[in-house]
Amino acid sequence: MAGDASKVLSNDVLWGGGRSPFSISYGKMMMWFFLVSDALTFSGLLVAYGFVRHSTTEAWPIGEEVFRALPGLTGSYPLIYVALMTAILIFSSVTMVLAVEAGHRMDKKGVIKWLFLTVIGGAFFVGSQAWEWSHFIHGGGGYITTNEGVKYWVHNDTHDTHDPSNAAGFHLVKAMEGHYLIEEEGAHHLDHAASLKLWNGRANYVDGANMVHNEYGPPQYANFFFFITGFHGFHVFSGVIINLIVLIMVIKGVFHRRGHYEMVEKAGLYWHFVDLVWVFVFTFFYLL
Amino acid sequence: MERDDIIEYSLDAHHSEEEGRKIRKKIWMVTLFLAVVTTIEVTLGAYWKDWFDASAWNTIKWTYVVLTLVKATYIVMSFMHLGDERRNIRAIILLPYALFILYLLWIGLTESNYVHHVWETLL
Repeated sequence: MAGDASKVLSNDVLWGGGRSPFSISYGKMMMWFFLVSDALTFSGLLVAYGFVRHSTTEAWPIGEEVFRALPGLTGSYPLIYVALMTAILIFSSVTMVLAVEAGHRMDKKGVIKWLFLTVIGGAFFVGSQAWEWSHFIHGGGGYITTNEGVKYWVHNDTHDTHDPSNAAGFHLVKAMEGHYLIEEEGAHHLDHAASLKLWNGRANYVDGANMVHNEYGPPQYANFFFFITGFHGFHVFSGVIINLIVLIMVIKGVFHRRGHYEMVEKAGLYWHFVDLVWVFVFTFFYLL
Repeated sequence: MERDDIIEYSLDAHHSEEEGRKIRKKIWMVTLFLAVVTTIEVTLGAYWKDWFDASAWNTIKWTYVVLTLVKATYIVMSFMHLGDERRNIRAIILLPYALFILYLLWIGLTESNYVHHVWETLL
């Protein structure tokens, strides 16, 4: 284990200058420096999100009201899907750290097994995020605004976005101030005739989410969702590719011949960082 | 074929079977801990309104922040092995980052609350 200050280093682990600063290898140190700069970028994004959220005077969407769907199921499951994504990412982080541990014992088969599971976990996470984006963009029915500026939620059974007023079960709902949920207590359901009258005289109709407006809340909410989870998702995607390349190199025996599996460790540092960022995104975007 | 044109240095890249068993045990303990903390966070997020009244939100918010920092510490120190590195490299990585981000958080929150106040009173 490192951290033993009295350790004498052999010549083949020293840097070009004949020393090994902090007793850490060059590659690992540079990976850490890259991660610090990347962490600053993500922190900047999350602080910008906090700035907008604190400065706005509009009602900000509530995470457990917006993210409460599961694929193929109806009903309300607040934050369960996001929790599932978190669990997938944490477990792929665990398989990565087990791959690194196997590498320290020069156990090639172990490294292959755990690294393969890490790649699978990462792929599952990217796929989950694609579903969540699709669900977020698609929306839950949208809302109309009357000429007086009053907001009514559109409800129908089939979620027909072309002409919701034609679909079965169409009616409008006046939700509680600042709330996105229409099943909640305090929501007022209008009858079909009154709904149709308001629908025909609407000032605008917002359904789902895009960069200009979204049904959940202020435009910046969707913009930050796309940017922060998109930037993180791209990191995960890159991580999967990096892990896949390292996995192929492990299978070909490159690191075994080299005598150490430090490349797995460096790819692992990046992979854990991606997990670390998600821990913060999960808290500050979904929970708070 | 062994390539000798890549200069690769590695330190502490090996350990024995015996040490491996201990390390694996520690990894699974940390995993269990992270899973429990995440479960608490999600349960609290989904059901806190059924258990507490609205005034509890501030306490719950700070509970989230503390739990997140605890999780982050375990990921960085255990999974990323920063706890096993030398003290100086730990300081070089963590201190400048903490300095920048604490300032950014402070200025971000101060300014955004001021902007909020202006918009509320002027509009």
